[in-house]
Amino acid sequence: MTMRAFTRLGFALSALAAAANAWAAPAVRDLPGGPAVNQIDLPPPMSQIAADQQWLHNFMLIICVVIFVAVFGVMFYSIFKHRRSKGARAANFHESTTVEIAWTVVPFIIIILMALPATRVVVAMKDTSAADLTIKATGIQWKWGYDYLNGEGAGIGFLSTLDVAQREQSDRGKPEGDDYLLRVDNPLVVPVDKKVRIITTASDVIHAWGVPSLGVKQDAIPGFVRDAWFRASQTGDYYGQCYELCGKEHAYMPIHVKVVSQQEYSAWAGAKVKEAAARADDPSKVWELAPLVARGEQVYTANCQVCHQANGKGGGNIKALDASPTVLDADKTKQIHIVLNGQANGAMPAWKQLSDTELAAVITFTKNHWSNATGQIVQPSEVAAARK
Amino acid sequence: MSAVIGPSGHGGTVDAAGHDHELAHEHHGAPHGWRRWVYATNHKDIGTMYLLFSFTMFMVGGLLALGIRTELFHPGLQFVNPQLFNQLTTMHGLIMVFGAIMPAFVGFANWMVPLQIGAPDMAFARMNNLSFWLLIPAAIMIVGSFFMPGGAPAAGWTLYAPLTLQMGPSMDAGIFALHILGASSIMGSINIIVTILNMRAPGMTLMKMPLFCWTWLITAYLLIAVMPVLAGAITMTLTDRHFGTTFFNPGGGGDPVMYQHIFWFFGHPEVYIMILPAFGIISAVIPAFARKRLFGYTSMVYATASIAILSFIVWAHHMFTTGMPVTGQLFFMYATMLIAVPTGVKVFNWIATMWRGSMTFETPMLWAVGFIFVFTMGGFTGLILAMAPIDIQLQDTYYVVAHFHYVLVAGSLFAMFAGVYYWGSKWTGVMYRESAGKFHFWTSLIFFNLTFFPMHFLGLAGMPRRYADYPMQFTDFNMIASIGAFGFGLSQVYFFFAVVLPMMRGKGERASQHPWEGAEGLEWEVPSPAPFHTFETPPQLNAAGTKIIGVAPLPTHDIPAPGGTAVHA
Repeated sequence: MTMRAFTRLGFALSALAAAANAWAAPAVRDLPGGPAVNQIDLPPPMSQIAADQQWLHNFMLIICVVIFVAVFGVMFYSIFKHRRSKGARAANFHESTTVEIAWTVVPFIIIILMALPATRVVVAMKDTSAADLTIKATGIQWKWGYDYLNGEGAGIGFLSTLDVAQREQSDRGKPEGDDYLLRVDNPLVVPVDKKVRIITTASDVIHAWGVPSLGVKQDAIPGFVRDAWFRASQTGDYYGQCYELCGKEHAYMPIHVKVVSQQEYSAWAGAKVKEAAARADDPSKVWELAPLVARGEQVYTANCQVCHQANGKGGGNIKALDASPTVLDADKTKQIHIVLNGQANGAMPAWKQLSDTELAAVITFTKNHWSNATGQIVQPSEVAAARK
Repeated sequence: MSAVIGPSGHGGTVDAAGHDHELAHEHHGAPHGWRRWVYATNHKDIGTMYLLFSFTMFMVGGLLALGIRTELFHPGLQFVNPQLFNQLTTMHGLIMVFGAIMPAFVGFANWMVPLQIGAPDMAFARMNNLSFWLLIPAAIMIVGSFFMPGGAPAAGWTLYAPLTLQMGPSMDAGIFALHILGASSIMGSINIIVTILNMRAPGMTLMKMPLFCWTWLITAYLLIAVMPVLAGAITMTLTDRHFGTTFFNPGGGGDPVMYQHIFWFFGHPEVYIMILPAFGIISAVIPAFARKRLFGYTSMVYATASIAILSFIVWAHHMFTTGMPVTGQLFFMYATMLIAVPTGVKVFNWIATMWRGSMTFETPMLWAVGFIFVFTMGGFTGLILAMAPIDIQLQDTYYVVAHFHYVLVAGSLFAMFAGVYYWGSKWTGVMYRESAGKFHFWTSLIFFNLTFFPMHFLGLAGMPRRYADYPMQFTDFNMIASIGAFGFGLSQVYFFFAVVLPMMRGKGERASQHPWEGAEGLEWEVPSPAPFHTFETPPQLNAAGTKIIGVAPLPTHDIPAPGGTAVHA
C-alpha cells in the first residue's frame, strides 16, 4: 500500500477509535433510593403514598393496554381482512345511533371506575395535618435551604448544595459516580416512619421539590407557601431533583433525603443544635484580614464560584470580580448592596440568607484576591447596617 | 374552470390553465413575479406560502431539537452550556408550536376550505394577505433572538414568571413576536369563520360540509377565544419586566401562579387548536381509502364540539403540583378524564369507517392509519397523566415530553403529512412517487418511536425535563432517543428532496383530477392543479353536496334598492 493509503487508513482507524471511545458510556450501577440503570417503571415505593401511586399507575396501565390491544386488534384485523387486494367490497353503512351511544357510555363508565381509587389517593396526599416533623424547603437559585420548624430538631437550618466536584465534572463532560448530580453537601435528615410535612417556598423563581421514591413533588413558589407530606417506610438514602425550570443551573440542585432510625435522628438533631450554637458567629466580632479572607474563600467556593469562576473572571453576562470597579471601589457599600440585594432582576441573586459574617468574609475575600489588593476589610457589623 | 359551465348545463371544456377566459383576468392580467406573492389575495397562493413558511420553521425547530439531542446523547456537558441549552428547548417549543404547526394548519385551511365548500376564495382576501405576511417579521424576531445580547429566551416555551423577569431583551422581542403571531391567528380565524358561515355553495349545508371544515370552524372559535388570553399573560410579563407592575412578582403583592392560570387557560385550548384540524384531515383520508363514507358524521361533529368545549375547563391539569386545594385537584382530574370520551368516540368512528371497507394503503392512508395508532398511544399517556396522584410523580419529567410529542408529532404532524400526500396533487398537478412516500412514512414512524418511546421510561424513572445534564443511569435511553431524533430529522430532509421539491417543480407523473378512487368532495371536482380561480360562480350540487351537477341558478331575491333595503320579489 502506498504511504497515502496508510495515512488514510491511520486516520480512519483513529477516527473509529475516537468514535468508539465517545460511544462507550461510562459504567454506572443502580443507585439505591435513586434511579436504576435503564429503569422502566416508577421506583420502588418507600412510602404508602408512593405505593398507592404505583398501584394506580399499574391499574391504569393494565386497563389502557387491554383497551389498546382490543381496539387495535380490531383495526389490524380490519386492515388485514377488509382490503381491496383481498377482494373485499365496501359495505354501505355509515351511521348507527345505538353504537354511538354504546361507545360513549361504556368509556364514560370506565372513566368513573378509574376516578374512584384516584380520588382516595388525592385526598390522602392533601392531608398534611398532624405531622410529627415540619421542615421548610426553600428553593434558591440554585440550591435548597432546609429549616426545621416544628418537632424534634426545630431550629436546625442549613443549605444543601450539589457537590462542587460533580458540577465541575459536568462542565468537563466527564461524569462519574452512581450518584452523579445527586450528591449534596448536607442531606436532609429525617426519622423513619414519622409523618414529615415539607413546606415549600422559594426566594427567587419557581422551583419544585420532588423525591420519586417517597412519592412527593411540590412546587416551591416565591412569596407563597405550599406543603406536602411523606412517611418514609424504610431507612435509606432517597434522591430527588428540582422539577421546575429555574434558570441555568436547574439540573444542578438535587435533593438527598437521608431517612434514619429514630435514635440516629435524635442523636443527629442534638448534635446539630449544639454545633449551630457553637458555630454561631458573633456578629459584633471585629475580624483581622487574613482569617476573614480565609473564611471568605470557603464562602466563595460554596456559593459564588459556580458563576463567577474560581479565577474570578466570570464569563458571558456574569461579571468578572477580578479587577472589577465595584469590588475595587473605596466605597464598600456599593458591593455590599449588590451582594445583599442582587442585581439584574435576580440574574445576580440576592444573598441575604447568608449571615453577616459570611457576607463580610466573602466580600473581603473578593477585595483581596486575584489581582485585587485593596487591603479593605468589611466587618459583619457593616453588613448588618446595610441590611436596614 | 370546470365549475363554470357553459349554457348547455353540463361540464364544459376549459383551457389548459383551467380558466374561463371571458371572466378571468381579462382586465388586469394574471399576477406574476414577486407581486403575485407579496400582494397575494388568492387563497391558493396564500395557502402555499403558509405551508412553505411552516415547513421552513419546522426545519429550524428541528435543528434546535437536534442541538438538544446532541447534548443529551451522553451525560456531562459536551457541546453547549446550560443557559444555551435552555434557550434551545425554549425556542424549539415556541418555533414548533407557533411557527410550524399552527401556520401549517392555516395553510391547509386556506387551500382546502374554499374548495371544499364551493367558495371562490376566503371572505376577506386582503386580510388573508396580512395574516400571512405578519408571520415573517415575527419569525425573524423569534429566530433572531438567538443573536440578541443574552441569547434567546430560556424560560421554557411556557414562559413562566418570575423566571421570565430575569431574561434579557430577547424576551421582549419574543413577546412582541407572539403578539404579532396572535394577531395573525385571530385574523385568520375570523376569515375562516366568516367564509364557512357565509360562503358555502347553495345546498352545502353545515351538516354536509366535509369534517375538515367543521374541525376548522370549531378551531377558529377556539383561537379567537384564547389568543387574547395569551396576549394578556405576555403583556403582563412585559409590564412586570419594564413598567413597574408586579402582577407576578410576589415582592409587590403579585402571584406567580396567576401567570400559570392565565397561560394555561390559553395553553390547553391551544393544544386542541393544534389537533382538531388534524382530526379533520384524517376524517377525509380514511373514508377515501376505505372507499366508504365516514362513519357517524353527526357524532363526529358533536364529539369535536365537545372536545372544544371541555378544553376550556381542564387547564389546571398542567398545575397539579402548584398546590391547589383538594377540590381543585379533583375537579380538574375529573374534567380532564372526561375528554377521553369524545376522543375515543372519534377513534372508534374512524375504525368503523375502515371496518368492512375496501381498503388500499397508498401513502396518505399509511399516514392516517399510523396517526390513529400512535396518536392513541399519546392519548392513553394523557389519560394516565390526568390522574393527579400519578401526575405528581410524572409532572415535569420526560413522561410529559413523551406524551405531548406523541400527540403533536405522531398526531398533528403525521396528519399533515397525510394531507400533503392526499391533496398535494390537487395543489401541484403532479403525483408524488409512491415509493418515496412509503419510505418517508416508514422511516418517520420507526425513528419517531425510537426517539420518544424511551422517554416514557425516563419519565417514570424520574428524569426531569429541561435538564442539560442527567444522572448516568439515564444514559442508554437518552442515547437511543438521540439516535432516533437524527433518523427522524433525516427522514424529513429526505421528504423535502424526494417529495416536496419534485412536486413543486412539476417533476412527476401528471395527476388526474380525481386520483383517489374513493375520495369525495368538491375539491375533486376541479382540475389538478386547481386553477387560480375556482368556483367563481357558485356550483349546483347533488343532494349529498359532493358533486357538481350544474351552475347554481341566480338568486330570485333582488339587489338592494338605493338606501340599502332589499326588495323581495
